[in-house]
Amino acid sequence: MRSSVIVFPGSNCDRDIAVALEKMQFKNQMVWHKETKLPKSDLIVLPGGFSYGDYLRSGAIAGKSLIIDEVIKEANAGCLILGICNGFQILTETGLLKGTLLRNKNLKFINKDVHVKVINNETKFSNKYKKNQILNINIAHNEGNYFTNSKHLDQLKKDNLIAFKYCNEDGKINESTNPNGSLESIAGIYNSKKNILGMMPHPERMVEEIVSNKDGINLFSSLLS
Amino acid sequence: MKITNKIIEKHGLKLEEYENIKRLLQREPNLLELGIFSAMWNEHCSYKSSRLHLKKLPTKGKQVIQGPGENAGVIDIGDDDAIIFKIESHNHPSYIEPYQGAATGVGGILRDVFTMGARPIALLNSIHFGSPDHPKTKSLLNGVVSGIGGYGNCIGIPTVAGETKFNATYNENILVNAMAVGHANKNKIFYSKAKGVNKSVVYVGSKTGRDGIHGASMASAEFDENSDEKKPTVQVGDPFTEKLLLEACLELMKDNSIISIQDMGAAGLTSSSVEMASKGGLGMELELDKVPCREENMTPYEMMLSESQERMLIILDDGKENSAKKIFEKWDLDFVIIGKTTNTKNLTLKFNNKIEGEIPINALASKAPVYDREWVKKKPTKEKINLKDLKKIKIEDALVKILSSPNHSNKSWITNQYDQSVMCDTIQKSGSDAAIIRIHNKDKAIAVSVDSSANYCKSNPILGGKQIVCENWRNLITVGAKPLAITNCLNFGNPENKEVMGEFTECLDGIKEACEFLNYPVVSGNVSFYNGTNKKNIFPTPVIGGVGLIKKLFKPLGHSFKKDKSKLILIGKTFGHLEQSCFLKENYSINKGMPPEINLLNEKNNGENLLKLIDKNLILSSHDVSNGGLLVTVSEMIFNSNYGAKLHKPKKLTSLCEYFFGEDQARYVVEIDENNYSKAEKILKDNNIYYEMIGNTQKDYLEIDGELKISTKDLFKVNNKWYNNY
Repeated sequence: MRSSVIVFPGSNCDRDIAVALEKMQFKNQMVWHKETKLPKSDLIVLPGGFSYGDYLRSGAIAGKSLIIDEVIKEANAGCLILGICNGFQILTETGLLKGTLLRNKNLKFINKDVHVKVINNETKFSNKYKKNQILNINIAHNEGNYFTNSKHLDQLKKDNLIAFKYCNEDGKINESTNPNGSLESIAGIYNSKKNILGMMPHPERMVEEIVSNKDGINLFSSLLS
Repeated sequence: MKITNKIIEKHGLKLEEYENIKRLLQREPNLLELGIFSAMWNEHCSYKSSRLHLKKLPTKGKQVIQGPGENAGVIDIGDDDAIIFKIESHNHPSYIEPYQGAATGVGGILRDVFTMGARPIALLNSIHFGSPDHPKTKSLLNGVVSGIGGYGNCIGIPTVAGETKFNATYNENILVNAMAVGHANKNKIFYSKAKGVNKSVVYVGSKTGRDGIHGASMASAEFDENSDEKKPTVQVGDPFTEKLLLEACLELMKDNSIISIQDMGAAGLTSSSVEMASKGGLGMELELDKVPCREENMTPYEMMLSESQERMLIILDDGKENSAKKIFEKWDLDFVIIGKTTNTKNLTLKFNNKIEGEIPINALASKAPVYDREWVKKKPTKEKINLKDLKKIKIEDALVKILSSPNHSNKSWITNQYDQSVMCDTIQKSGSDAAIIRIHNKDKAIAVSVDSSANYCKSNPILGGKQIVCENWRNLITVGAKPLAITNCLNFGNPENKEVMGEFTECLDGIKEACEFLNYPVVSGNVSFYNGTNKKNIFPTPVIGGVGLIKKLFKPLGHSFKKDKSKLILIGKTFGHLEQSCFLKENYSINKGMPPEINLLNEKNNGENLLKLIDKNLILSSHDVSNGGLLVTVSEMIFNSNYGAKLHKPKKLTSLCEYFFGEDQARYVVEIDENNYSKAEKILKDNNIYYEMIGNTQKDYLEIDGELKISTKDLFKVNNKWYNNY
């Protein structure tokens, strides 16, 4: 499977995702933000980081960058798109995903391993997970508090577009298991065609036992299957 | 403009120093030249009060590639891999403007490391605040923590370890020390020494603004009631630009374009150009009208003294200008040839084709003042504490008091604000004795830790100095690393005060002795004097940052208990030393007596043999016994584990408090699986290591026969209480 990782100035998880993809036998290429053409790809990844410093709204400038027009074109043509952390923020800025990511409810950057539940395990990104499987996965963000309007929220629920929800280790979902104040504890969502996934947690950080655990691996192996 | 006494004083120079300047120039300087002298001759850049004493530190060893004197120290970790690291203070700016002060502290130390060709792989910090009750502490703490996080998180280097301490001595002068660690190929290290005449001197990175002018001079004076007015001297950090600069520099370093490179840190363009020229025995000519400026109508004086961040000065080899420029253009950074190296041995500053200043380089560097300041020895105190004179206290109450105190309570509310996992090589995060970082794509790792013991150093600087080196060494040992070298950040009061100068020299004596004995050389460091306000000096606070090597990577042990019913041993002898202990401080507010004795031979033997046990995979977890003593150590091993412990009462010592809270050194608590116990015991016995069985792990409770029983859940709660109510 061919993957492309878009590198914006200020991306800082680009190497991490590339290492994870290569480990999973993806044929990966790095694509600089000033490029105007994308290599032929089955998967395009928008990595985590602070694109353009995120001095404006997170992801706002990246959402207007040269390469992003190509990403939007490919997305509309059905290419698989994965946005992690800052990548998720960029996807909401481009409109490829609806809703927005507000500042964490405690107004602080949060980095820790949290639990998330796999809500939909029937997509290209999640078919190797079990339904309601609980993953232990790292988050690292300042703006991960997902918000959207009630109409869109209804659609997310009705069409099974919620990918992951924050929970505790037993799978309970409530306010105390929600690290950043996200609406309905949402940690990741799909677009209506389910070819685009945006998520705040970092699956690329969870592919090696010695560093953390392997809970992120099935996301990549789902894509390969 | 006539240079008056008032102008000289405003530049932080003494009148006799000004006379010296005139002698060196054989004329009066103009204002630009005076500014440059003030920037190079202040304490922060010239080390004029410390230089004589720093010479005594051991800086050599088989593992050392580059000792002090460069941007950072370099050590060899085998297979062509080098680790480049340094710690630096940003105390004064952080007190005036905590967020930017701390952020630029991180940015500055990162540049010191990547300017030498290393990709930074870890950040650490040691931060000291005043009493939690002091009205400024809370906002300073918040600002500093957000600043450290803000910079490190954005640039994408994990902040993996650190320490946060509170003590009223820092009420008016906090300490913010940041350490950066990078990895490079041993054969691709870049130095600051200029070579060759007529080579292009290139300015890269951010534009120059008016921020930070006289920052280094500010850091070379005590605070007074007008300190808040110094806000404009604090620089503003831009981690995004630093990220671009980092990538652009590393890209340029792939080929052989660079002759030398130096970051513009304290005293900006002045110190970088002078240092490069001075090391190469050359001169340098700069055309200041070419300097990229952020603001209009900047004068040569402002350009030379600005401490705008995220800038570098590079000397390029002939013909490499165009290819180098392309790289910086790709990253949208300024790249301007602003001058050339010369053989005049002068710093020549031109503006609009007119020479605005010309100073012999050696006048700024090698001929900068060196002071042998007066100092006095500290008399060892004879104060002893007799427990019988104190109100009796239950072990449980004493333990709870310590674990719920600001200094000992859980600090994850701080570390959770730092990205510790980015780069995917953090094997052991903070919360253990040391962090472990894998060398990317390799089967080995380094361990890193920062430590300080200001109370010990205040009471007895020699012992205190020794103790910190030993504690830092122990912290690396417990995670299974062989300690290799240290960097130090020496935070002291006013060196013109002979007691302070005495604390400084004696702390160094202690550090020297321990480093020599443990073959643990100092490869880089920084001195921060004038930490104090209105003549009140801070406690002497040397901070030690150590790096060790784990040759073959293994799943980290961590210091939390792993199993039910495993055996617990205590390596090292317990004498029950309570003077200067947390026990007396937290329970009786007593801060008296000598710190514990240090026996370097025991220190070395105990540590090296624990390392053997770890290498042979015989132990489950280990934790060094430091502040708080044995019972606090065991409690810390209980947090984050599912197990408690059952401990025996001591056979010999009469006082339980002495046994459980004494702070004797060279000790470790080790958890061993029953099946491995006899093997471990044999190694310790064969090597004459003193150890004792202290009990075993168990479920749910921390227990001492008939004296204490507290559930592990309650223990955890107690440890997390303080911050939630702060």
